[in-house]
Amino acid sequence: MVDYFWPAAKDRHLIGQRISRLDGPAKASGRAKYTYDLKPQRMLWGKILRCPHAHAKITSVDVSAAEKMPGVKAVRVIQGPGTEVKWALDEVVGVAATSEALAEEALRAIKVEYEVLPHFVNEANLAQAPKVDAGAEEVVGDPDAAMAAAEVKIKGTYGMPPVAHNCMEAHGQICEWTGADTMNAWCSTQAVAGVAGQFAEGLGIPAANVHVVTEYMGGGYGSKFSVDRWGVECARLAKLAGAPVKLMLDRRAEITVAGDRPSAYGEIEVGAKKDGTLVAWNSKSWASGGPGGSGDPPLPYVFQIPNRRRKHSSVPTNRASARAWRAPNHPQGAFLTMSALDDLAAALGMNPLDFFIQNLSITGVNEKVYREELQIADDLMGWRQRWHPRGDSAKGPIKRGLGLSLHTWGGRGHRSNCEVTLHPDGIAEAKLASQDLGTGTRTVIAIVLADSLGLPLESVKVSLGDSRYPASGGSGGSTTVGGVSSATRRAAQNLLAMIFEKSAPQLGVKPEELEAAEGTIRVKADHGKSLTWRQALAPFGQTPVTATGSNPGTGDLTSSGVGGVQMADVSVDVETGVVRINKVVAVQDCGLIIDLKTAESQVYGGMIMGISAALSEEKVLDPVTGQVLTTDFESYKMAGIADVGELVVHMMTGPGYDERGVIGVGEPPVISPGPSIANAVANATGVRVPFLPLNPRRVLDALEANAAKKKETA
Amino acid sequence: MQPFELASPKTREQAVRLLGTDPARATILAGGSDLLGLMKDNVVTAGRLVYVKSVSGLTGVHTEKAGGLRIGALTTVDDLSADAALGFEYPAITAAAGHVAGPQIRNVATLGGNLLQRPRCWYFRNGFGLLAQRDGKSMVVDGDNRYHAILGNDGPAYFVQPSTLAPLLIAVGAQVVLFGPQGERRLDLEKLYRIPKTEGEREHDLKPGEVLTEVLLPPVAGRKVYSYEVRQRQTLDWSLATASVALEMDGGGKISRARVILGQVAPVPWAATETEEFLKGKTLDVDVASKAGEAAVAKAKPLSQNRYKIQLARVAVKRALLAAAGIVEEGA
Ligand SMILES: Cc1cc2nc3c(=O)[nH]c(=O)nc-3n(C[C@H](O)[C@H](O)[C@H](O)COP(=O)(O)OP(=O)(O)OC[C@H]3O[C@@H](n4cnc5c(N)ncnc54)[C@H](O)[C@@H]3O)c2cc1C
Repeated sequence: MVDYFWPAAKDRHLIGQRISRLDGPAKASGRAKYTYDLKPQRMLWGKILRCPHAHAKITSVDVSAAEKMPGVKAVRVIQGPGTEVKWALDEVVGVAATSEALAEEALRAIKVEYEVLPHFVNEANLAQAPKVDAGAEEVVGDPDAAMAAAEVKIKGTYGMPPVAHNCMEAHGQICEWTGADTMNAWCSTQAVAGVAGQFAEGLGIPAANVHVVTEYMGGGYGSKFSVDRWGVECARLAKLAGAPVKLMLDRRAEITVAGDRPSAYGEIEVGAKKDGTLVAWNSKSWASGGPGGSGDPPLPYVFQIPNRRRKHSSVPTNRASARAWRAPNHPQGAFLTMSALDDLAAALGMNPLDFFIQNLSITGVNEKVYREELQIADDLMGWRQRWHPRGDSAKGPIKRGLGLSLHTWGGRGHRSNCEVTLHPDGIAEAKLASQDLGTGTRTVIAIVLADSLGLPLESVKVSLGDSRYPASGGSGGSTTVGGVSSATRRAAQNLLAMIFEKSAPQLGVKPEELEAAEGTIRVKADHGKSLTWRQALAPFGQTPVTATGSNPGTGDLTSSGVGGVQMADVSVDVETGVVRINKVVAVQDCGLIIDLKTAESQVYGGMIMGISAALSEEKVLDPVTGQVLTTDFESYKMAGIADVGELVVHMMTGPGYDERGVIGVGEPPVISPGPSIANAVANATGVRVPFLPLNPRRVLDALEANAAKKKETA
Repeated sequence: MQPFELASPKTREQAVRLLGTDPARATILAGGSDLLGLMKDNVVTAGRLVYVKSVSGLTGVHTEKAGGLRIGALTTVDDLSADAALGFEYPAITAAAGHVAGPQIRNVATLGGNLLQRPRCWYFRNGFGLLAQRDGKSMVVDGDNRYHAILGNDGPAYFVQPSTLAPLLIAVGAQVVLFGPQGERRLDLEKLYRIPKTEGEREHDLKPGEVLTEVLLPPVAGRKVYSYEVRQRQTLDWSLATASVALEMDGGGKISRARVILGQVAPVPWAATETEEFLKGKTLDVDVASKAGEAAVAKAKPLSQNRYKIQLARVAVKRALLAAAGIVEEGA
């Protein structure tokens, strides 16, 4: 029985170092081929005719003209007469043709008639919603009595609109039938192993006959777990046409139907004692993520206020269904909670840093983590020297301010299997049906394998993105790094056990006295007694040696529950409402870090995505047609590199952190930018801008409303 | 995108012949940074594209003997932003050109294309027509109009004219040279733009078959010129409100004549005539600039979601005037 463990700090040679991702040069040079780039022989182009109405009944579909067009190889009605379509750009007819232009021309030749039905797409104003699914009220303690007794309290309404995932590589796949019931599918997916089964189910063929390949992948952020209707339809078109079909969404469809982070709105009341101790919380929240309603943000977030009542309502809308968006529900929970708490700190006349620290005892297991992180963030931001009460008194229109927020996330490693093969040439290869979304998964696996075997990175190879390899979970919930690194570590340790078995007699010691380091198998207590890697492998001959490892398994290689702190420094032009980020500091824990560089890179990426959503992103839905209006990168505003300011990342490492094992970090850093920036804007201007994104319209509307209120009370 | 024929004329005359007089059949292609996107989205279709970049002699900034500059309409926005003669006479224009879109677009986009680019109204761009009417009603008025017009918005047009360069060139008194089947004509740039009343009409006064060949700028002659744009994002974002000003000063430091043209607020580059009147005879200071901003939006009418643009136009005028006069507001 092998005892699985992570090497102690002194024995880590690659783990925890700052290592550039191994596929960086291939990606930067264009040698890496994404699904979007592939073009198998005889490939046809698939396109989908989409419904222009947000809510309608299909009354007739006439594809005859399209079918007759030369070059059109397959036409399939996806949703026929009688079907009720519940969001704009839902799929109606698929075609495959010999060129992209021809496929588009065929779509234009298709006649579909609709009976247009009433739609509802903008849930910001709850009173206008035709249907509200009111959730149950949840009560802890005695919120009414506690609120009545609270010495200081505030009440506010806060909210954030839906945003789109906007993966750089759109959703899509290429399907190629290799027999009557066997198929290859190149997919832009977050779940190589899982999507094979989904194809199989949709197509009625054995899952083992579907071969899914995702060598490189251009982002998913939670939106690419499903094969999706267009995936199955792509396969059907390929079958009908008798040729491979590539069907990738265009940007308009990508933004409209392939990604939606639910909105969240809340009326919140929160109360504290004069000394800042939180005592009571009351929230009425609502949100929408499409016809099925919405997720339910954790409220209150992080701070488990002893007396609390929450009630969340889900509002069905005629929008394409929500998909998990990086840390599902947490950005919403954090924004609603941290905004209200910051307003309460202002009402108390307290520095929010003191106020947050004062209440850390109700944050649960991460209390100590937050305390340490807040200290570091304070140093990196110069919070205590620079903080001022709400409303920058500087002359002129530019006001500067600071804001902060805390967050948490799970991130335990998912189910994963790794097969390590030791080739006779001494190269070790790890195989997993996992996927590298651009996060550095490949690199992390290579580091674990190389460090475990005492080999340099050049002596290991990672093969992933293929459903024929041992199954590994989908990449979501920040579960990948913990899963694949644990499985790989166990496989490597199992392999070493096999090698040590053979080496021990040669070195005249017991197997447990051996270690693999610096390309040798050596006696731990006497490094002079060693075998070269080649010598150690010799007993195995010409047949490669394999071992497998799985997660979960014995030994604490992964755990869950990280804490993070972010502080933002912004400048607001109060005459134009333009918010500029000066600096954002992120202090993040994620247990034992395999690759410091790619871990930091995840934090940078999360911060940038969060800043973008905080400042400018919004999926704008047209009240008149129910269509998304922001259908390209011009109107769907993503922050550019010049907009994100100076980003400072500090990863928590060392004693207290490393022994927790490997925990994922893709999601937590995206949670706090919204609230920390919004709180900084409030600190700068003295006025709460309650709704994201913090664009000139939102900021000026809030300033104007505040001025009007002041006038009234004067 | 639908198939089209590409014609590459070598002369103005060939271009005009290839264009014919039916705008629905043939369309001018310059840098294509606007037109091709519209064609890909099937918002614009054309059987033939007449690629005027292949016509020789329509690029570059030339100094006229009698003073002033003659700029070929096919000069790229990037070349404009780097032109020494233009920068010497009108640094505000080279600066504004340097802020158009991003480097990739500036490298292909032309001056003529910039002045004649189509509105960015999202109803128009999503295929609902330039006036975005449905069942006789404006979709803009009932819909999401956060980026739409606050001036000149009596309807049915609510889109805004998007060019960064148009308001500034109008402010300095630019003329355009148009070459068409009837030969050449000159027009004040200001008169090129119009507010369409019906869906078939265009937002400019180009006659069928006409090509914009040159832009003529008078000498700066001591005028103070500046353009201020309010942009949320630092790159690849559109201005939310622009004010371009050109001020003639008398010997005593008073304004003798002011041109104040607003961009992104009306279906045409909007002459803020009340402000121009107000400024006459004034010595510029912060107070006067603020009042000038007020005057510019006195007649503004917000739609349901674009009230904030009134404030943006107001402050753009103030800041453009102060910057033109070299006055620094405390704390700004
Ligand atoms: C992301 C993005 C951001 C942008 N930001 C800005 C910005 O900040 N400020 C700004 O001003 N613009 C901006 N633009 C627009 C850009 O400046 C225009 O697309 C460009 O100037 C058009 O020039 P072009 O030569 O490519 O024109 P084309 O696309 O070739 O033509 C545009 C139109 O003008 C007509 N046309 C062109 N030349 C002539 C001519 N000589 N005579 C008669 N008709 C002609 C064409 O028929 C067509 O209708 C942005 C564009 C994008 C995509």
